[in-house]
Formats: sequence, C-alpha cells, structure tokens
Amino acid sequence: MLDVANGHTTRHRSTTGGVVVSWPDSDAPAATGWPHRHLLDVDQLTRDELEGCLDLAVEMRERRLRRETLDLLRGEVVGLAFCEPSTRTRVSFELAAEALGAQVVELPIDVSSVTKGESLVDTLRTLERTGVTTVILRHSMSGAPYLAARSVPVRIVNAGDGSHAHPTQALLDALTLRDALGSLDGRKIAIVGDIGHSRVARSNLHALTSLGATIWLAGPPAWVRGFEAWPGVHVADRLEDALADADAVMTLRIQLEREAGGGVPSLREYTARWGLDADRLAVAQTGAPVLHPGPTNEGVEITADLAASERSLIGTQVVNGVAMRMAVLALLAQ
Amino acid sequence: MSSFGSLDDPAATFVLAGARIVDPSTDEDAIRDLAVVDGQLVEPATAPADAARFEGRGLVVGAGLCDLHVHLREPGMERAETIESGARAAAHGGFTTVCAMPNTDPPLDEPARVAMVLDRARNRACRVRVIAAATRGREGERITEVGELAGMGIAGVSDDGSVVASARVARGLLAYLAPLGLPLIEHAEDPALSAGSVMRAGETATRLGLAGWPPSAELSMVERDIALAQETGGWVHITHLSTAGGLDAIRRAKQGGIRVTCDVTPHHLALTDAWVAGWRGFAWDEPTGVAADPFGAPLDALLAYDPACRVNPPLASRADALALLAGVADGTIDAIATDHAPHPRERKGVEFGAAAPGMIGLETALSLGLAAVEAGRLQLPRLLEALATRPAKLIGEVRTLQPGSVADLVVFDPAARWRVEASGLASASSNTPLLGMELPGVVRMTVAGGRITYREGLGAGG
Repeated sequence: MLDVANGHTTRHRSTTGGVVVSWPDSDAPAATGWPHRHLLDVDQLTRDELEGCLDLAVEMRERRLRRETLDLLRGEVVGLAFCEPSTRTRVSFELAAEALGAQVVELPIDVSSVTKGESLVDTLRTLERTGVTTVILRHSMSGAPYLAARSVPVRIVNAGDGSHAHPTQALLDALTLRDALGSLDGRKIAIVGDIGHSRVARSNLHALTSLGATIWLAGPPAWVRGFEAWPGVHVADRLEDALADADAVMTLRIQLEREAGGGVPSLREYTARWGLDADRLAVAQTGAPVLHPGPTNEGVEITADLAASERSLIGTQVVNGVAMRMAVLALLAQ
Repeated sequence: MSSFGSLDDPAATFVLAGARIVDPSTDEDAIRDLAVVDGQLVEPATAPADAARFEGRGLVVGAGLCDLHVHLREPGMERAETIESGARAAAHGGFTTVCAMPNTDPPLDEPARVAMVLDRARNRACRVRVIAAATRGREGERITEVGELAGMGIAGVSDDGSVVASARVARGLLAYLAPLGLPLIEHAEDPALSAGSVMRAGETATRLGLAGWPPSAELSMVERDIALAQETGGWVHITHLSTAGGLDAIRRAKQGGIRVTCDVTPHHLALTDAWVAGWRGFAWDEPTGVAADPFGAPLDALLAYDPACRVNPPLASRADALALLAGVADGTIDAIATDHAPHPRERKGVEFGAAAPGMIGLETALSLGLAAVEAGRLQLPRLLEALATRPAKLIGEVRTLQPGSVADLVVFDPAARWRVEASGLASASSNTPLLGMELPGVVRMTVAGGRITYREGLGAGG
C-alpha cells in the first residue's frame, strides 16, 4: 500500500485490487492492470476490483484533503454529456476530472432531441473527432451507454442510464457503508422506495451483494416486484421486516411523476407506509446509518430531522462522490 | 452464383434426381425423382430426355413457403424495403407467397391503394397478397370497405401494429367479415397494459431496467377476440402469438369449435428475452451466462441492449418459446409467419428504447425452423406444413408436390450452413440480431407458379 506519510517525496505505487496506479510523483512505470475500458455498470467488476476502487477512492479523498495536485489525467479531455437534467452528479464528475488535471468540456447537448433518440451517436462521434477521450454520459434511456461504447472510440463512464445503472453512485455508497460498518460481509442493508425505476438501486444490488451484504427491499408492490429472484436480495411485505436488525438503511428519491398509473395511491400514503423516521428505525441495529442518493424530498421518503441527524450519511456520500469519481477516472485512464 | 427470377419468366422444365420429397398434403416423405415440365409437376418418366437434370441427393423438396405476415414498406418507406426487394428476400428464403400488411404510408385502407400495391406487385419474385386495413387510417373507428376489397382478392384485414382497440368495432368487423370468409387478423396487444414498454416483463427486463409488458397484454386481447368470434361466427386469426397463455386460450377455443387460427414468428420460437441482455443461444439450448443467471452475469457490452432485438410483441421468455414450439409441433399453431419488418439503419442505430420495433425474417425463417428440427423440437414435415401447406390453405391457395399440379416448391439443403451477413441478404434492410450467426439450411431453388424465382448452387446430376 501507499506510504501516505511520505506522499510527495518517495517513489511509490498503490495497489488496488491487483491494479497498480502510478502516481505522478513516482517514476514507476505506468501500470496496465485495470482490464476495463469503460465503466458501464458495476456488474463488470470482480469483488477484488470493487474493493480496489474503494481503496483508491480512500486515497484520493486523503490527497484531496491535503490539497495535493494530481495530474493523472493531464492531456485528457473529459466530456460531460448530460442528456438529462442533473446537478450534483455533473458537478461531482467535473470536480473529479479537474482535480486530476484533465481538461473538462461540457457537451452542448439538446436534452429534448437526445431523449427522442435522434442524435446520441452522431453527437458523440463529433466530439471524439474534436479530441474528447472520455465521455461521462447521463441519459434517460436504459442501455444508452452500451450503444455509445460500441459506436464511438472513447471511454464511456456511465453517469446514470434510465432505470438501469448508476455505477459511481453505487461505488460511493459502498465506500460510505464500508467506512461506517467496517465491512459489508454478512451485513443486512435495507433499501426503501421505488426500486423498479431506480438505477441507483440496481447498481447497489450488484455492488453490495458482491461485497457480501444481504439486501432487503421495501416499497409499494409495483415498485419492488420482480426483485425477489435476485440472488442475495429479499423483498419485504412490510417495512418493519426490511428494517429489523438492518445494519444500514438507504432510501430513494420518490419521483413525483411516477405516482400515477397504479404505483401508489398518494404521497401521503407512501409516507405513511414507507417514509423513514427515527421511530421506524428503532427496530434496526442501534445507530444504523441512513443513506440517500439525493436530492431528498424531505418529509416524503425521509423526515428532515432524520436527514439532518448524526445517523445520516448523506453529506458523507457527497464528499465520497468526488473521491470515488477521481478513482474511477484514474483507473480507466491507466 | 445465385440468381433471381420472376413470375413472368418462361415456365421451368427440369428433373431433380433423388431428393427427399416432403409433402404434408399427402403425408408423403420419400426419396424420389421430381420432374417439372413447362411449370407443371409430372411423372418423372414422362419428362423429356433433354430436360435439365439436377442432383438432388441430400436435398429436401417442400411446397413453396407461404408467409401470412410481412411488411414490404411500399408505399412510403422504400428506404427500408420495396415490393421488389421484399419479394426477392422471400424467394431467397424459399417463399412463393407473402401477405403484405397494410401499415404503409399511406395505409392500405381503400380499394385504390390496394389496387396500386397489387399492380406494383405483379411479376415479382413471389406472389404478393394484400391484407387490407381493418379500419380507415388504421384508427380503429370506421371499418374499411371490406366487401369491395374482398372482391380484389385480399387475404384478410388487419390493423397490425395495433389491435382493433374498440371491442365494439372488432365485433362489428367479425360479423361483417363472416359471410365473406375472410379473417380479422389481430395484433393482440392491450395498449393500456403495454404502454411505455419495450420488452417482455420478466427477470431480464428487471435486470436491464427496461419497462416490460406483461403477458396479460396479449392474453386479454386473445380472450376478448375469442369471445367475439364465438358470438359472431366470424373468423379471428391471432398473428405473432407470443405467450403460453395466449396459446392455451386458443387451444381451448379450437377444442370448443370456435373459428380461431393463429401464427407465430420464427423469432418467438427460437429467440428469448435473454437476447436483449446479450445472450445468443436458442430457446431450446441450455441457458448459460446471462440467460442462466439473469441478475448476476455481467452484461456483454457489445451485445446488451441491441436494438435489433427490439420487436413487438417482445421476445418471449424461454418457457413461452418452448410452449409455442410445442404448439407448432402439436398443430395448435396453424402457421409460422415471419412478421418481416425491415427498418433502415437510422431507425435502429439508436438507444434500445428509441429503436423502431421489428426484425426482418424472410431469409432466416426456414433456417430457424431447421435449427429447431435439428434440436429435436419439431419434425420436418410438421415444420413444412406450418411454413407452407397450412398457411396457404388459410388464404385459399393449394400446395402439393404431386404430379398434375403447378410446380410451387422450395429445394433446400438442410445440412448446409450459412452465415447471416448483410451483404448476403436480398432484403433492403439488415435489422436482425442473427447477423454474424451460422444457421443450418440453404435454399437451392425456389419455384413459384412454375417459374424459377431463385436458384443457387444446384449441380447437374445423373
């Protein structure tokens, strides 16, 4: 492992899941151990690779705290292609890429035309020709990053595709949970809310089960149906069953527009049956932390008091987000 | 070298020596010589001595294939297909008749438009029958002038692409059609249940985060139409059946004497919803990878979310596909029809959810059927009955390989393999997930109405 104390002055390399990252202040040869060109979802990562990502993010977090200059991505042009409104994920990636010395360009994408499926490949091809080497892609349609990865010769980092995947969110959640719990092995994690439409939930199911946790899902039947068959995942009929003895609880943003169509009668009833507050959490392990990928609808899926309490790791998730995205960009650039 | 012919070519004369003749019309399955003189099947002994002789050893002769469901895209979408290119694709696939669906632009919802297509379709590489729209503009409200259309030789009426959503209109149509002897061909999909969905509901859809339409979207319409057929005495034909539940309902209705028939596509028999996740095995193969472990196995970045796999109705579960195969084997399913749905690249080279639904099928249908035969899921005579004899009978055509009839047949090598490549397809489009795969069954000759419409690699024989 990296000798952090000697950070700037010694030759060193850090090993992450069998992958060797060369630091700019090291004259060690560039490593080539990371086998993935893209990050499309966490399902492509082995457990060792997952752990390696988390380890490297810890290191990035520390170096960032020390305000070290890192230029692992010097010469790279990172394009932010957000074909769907997003603030926090976009800013997090932007900060991460800049912290590593990359040039960052925001791609001028007309959200309305891309969501009609007209021009994603065309837009990305144009950008590749102008020198973009990595595209951070957010898209409203599941699978869009796969289309991009096979159509355009650039690295693709999936920043959220439809209801499918949000791999960097799952990695930062896993890091946050590992820091809080020590290890995920044998832990019970409850995830509450609209699992069916949630890319965060799906990627977390891959990541957290791969790291040894068991997941309990709770929410309106229309939103949790179909996940019973996922290995390592249980669907609870009652919220209490999911929360009982849980080591940590994650709740998801309720998309107000999805209330229609038979999913849930009203937000009031959702909150009454699945909203998280301190009383409901009493059945969980003492002090079990609470996560939320943000932005929260306070008073709907979680009370403002709980979100602001010391059990809440929501702020930590945001801090970890930048470090985790730095780690991902550094690994892909190997 | 392959070559195409047309229905106005000179009538063919040849002898094919020692091929396996499979003729469901007489239950014949025998190795013998087959002779065609001036387009007519004759006793081989009476063929002239100077007739061309082809070696038939290892080849199978079946009746000319008949496709109840194709989209030829003319008029209006000629970049995807024309009547000419579609007819050649048909001949290349062994088909001698195709029934063209009316969802062109403009739709075939009035006699003049049907007449135009029939006129353009004359003397192509296969016979083209027209299925007229069931309602004006395919809007589901006012029925088309079915009486006049019937006189023009249409094969049936359909608003394919959509169900006739109003039960009242569907009921009226079935009653009106009953004395004309024509079917209402139904695309059984309840739009309220399938709205927004891009694949079949199930484990793969859950994994992929794609909205899935539940089997009840088909079953509810099949059961509605069966009830309407029973009440009116009309004939309903369910096209591209895709669920075991729909099949069971049809089986029961047939046992009850209700006038219902159905077809299934080759891709709903051979492919499964796991293809959307990137799996590339047949329904009858042992599931591996993401088909065996739909939640855990990593997705293949090159194959997952392939828009070529987006089709309506969506690719079925493995259990559905195997049930449908059993339905073909036991005869509950009358026909295999391709739902050949060509699309240009710009409508397919997009996100899965934005891609136009449909895949081409005319040139791979026989091969997928033969793959099922190789796997022991179907008997060859039953396959050829479902691809030719039964569908032809439904639209008033005859298929037989006995002397005295017009030659209308396909000659194929069931053991030969070919690789599906865009450059090798006669269709103007290449939207099929089978590209790059090697399939059994190579068509050597297609003869429609006594004319050789396609020929490739037939050797002279003794």
